[in-house]
Amino acid sequence: MYVAVKGGEAAILATHDLVAEMRRGDTSVPEVSTAQIREQMSLAVARVMNEGSLADADLAALALKQAQGDAIEAAFLMRAYRTTLPRLGSSQPLDTAAMAIRRRVSATYKDLPGGQVLGPTYDYTHRLFDFGLTGTSDAPPSAMPSDVALDTRMPRVPDILGAEGLMEPETPPEGDPRPFDLTRDPVEFPADRDVRLQALARGDEGFLLGLAYSVQRGFGGNHPFAGEIRMGEVPVEFVPEELGFAVDIGDLTVTECQMVNQFKGSKHVAPQFTRGYGLAFGHAERKAMSMSIVDRALKGRELGEAASYPAQQDEFVLYHSDNVEAAGFVEHLKLPHYVDFQGELELIRRLRRELEERIAREAVESGVLPKAAE
Amino acid sequence: MAVLARARKTELDEIVARLGGLPDHVVLKPAETGTVMVEARAGGTGRRFNMGEATMTRCVVRLADGTMGFAYALGTDRPKALVSAVLDALLQSSSDAGLHDDIAALARAQTEARQLALRKAAATKVDFFTLVRGHD
Repeated sequence: MYVAVKGGEAAILATHDLVAEMRRGDTSVPEVSTAQIREQMSLAVARVMNEGSLADADLAALALKQAQGDAIEAAFLMRAYRTTLPRLGSSQPLDTAAMAIRRRVSATYKDLPGGQVLGPTYDYTHRLFDFGLTGTSDAPPSAMPSDVALDTRMPRVPDILGAEGLMEPETPPEGDPRPFDLTRDPVEFPADRDVRLQALARGDEGFLLGLAYSVQRGFGGNHPFAGEIRMGEVPVEFVPEELGFAVDIGDLTVTECQMVNQFKGSKHVAPQFTRGYGLAFGHAERKAMSMSIVDRALKGRELGEAASYPAQQDEFVLYHSDNVEAAGFVEHLKLPHYVDFQGELELIRRLRRELEERIAREAVESGVLPKAAE
Repeated sequence: MAVLARARKTELDEIVARLGGLPDHVVLKPAETGTVMVEARAGGTGRRFNMGEATMTRCVVRLADGTMGFAYALGTDRPKALVSAVLDALLQSSSDAGLHDDIAALARAQTEARQLALRKAAATKVDFFTLVRGHD
């Protein structure tokens, strides 16, 4: 029940000032710039772009600064800003095979065409503090380039197995339809794969990580292999109405994960490897991997698998993966519910009174008088 | 247009300065920032899906001789979009060798930056070797 109440304006204005002061922290410490966040906190920036569902590193850096580093609050700022912008159209589907690769690894093939390229990763660091970073350095770090550059076209690993017919093919449905857009139309269940992938792409990394972990631990029954993880820059092409042909509007950094799963086959499908797909803005490997495992789990229905676990249930996953919606509903509980609570209080009091009256009445009827009446 | 889209505003300003400022032009569509929904394909080759939006800024101009210029680029830089659109028109209508050389130099610099990133990545490529048992 909603009842309009007034008051609190002065308190709210004062809290805006106080939060600004808290955001700035100790003023004897230099203020961080959004360019510093963009350049030096790029993994946090990637997370905000993904969960805010808006690829713009400058805006994501501003969001992180304004939200004091709170990734979900920052994603909320991105979503809110997005609604103020006109949608100018859709891009051509990204061609991740044309990626300028900075990292590309496969856990299924050692000697794959193009090779294993570790790129920038924390995977092989010792997770020991580098106390040198507590100060600032005059000499910027520099990586030595190799004499020979990587090939610009490296085959995607599932395409290699696909050539043998052992891999579930990924081909567009008849007519290559426009994808569903959950920012425009309400989602219905069972949800198709385009709906699921869009929801997962903007879903909370922690939630998807937990679900992916549950699948691996047996609450989903898949044994995934990281067929390929690649990260780098892909050109974005857009067809302006005035021109009628595709123009290259710049590069986006993306991370792609192709997860390969064993599949024993069913009545209609021969035994083969099946795939899960993850794609994220920026360098966001954990997100892309989690997304690909959950994508595969959600494909169970199409493959005739029983949906016995949470990660296999599209309604459960899609309704709970959006952290801006989830945070809104959980955190709205801290807003005033005075009237609702008064109602509940009245109800509890009445029920207790009725119970007491019934006990007293039954005591009289059974001939046992309450003590106070003796 | 791809080169202009990837250029920094300051790089374009230097080119404009060498031209002695922007030529006369009419702005047909003022620089406007919006979003483009980025599409991808499941598994890289399959069903299309909406990955999320990206900011994009566009601008359309016409030069005095009637040549139209267009700018479409990721990001929110509206001043850059105007300069890009005018340069796009000039590149079609003008035979100014200096301008074409400047853009070619910009394209080369972008290619070199990309090659350097690919060479740095190549330095992290794994060379596997197999450990052979001694008694063979």
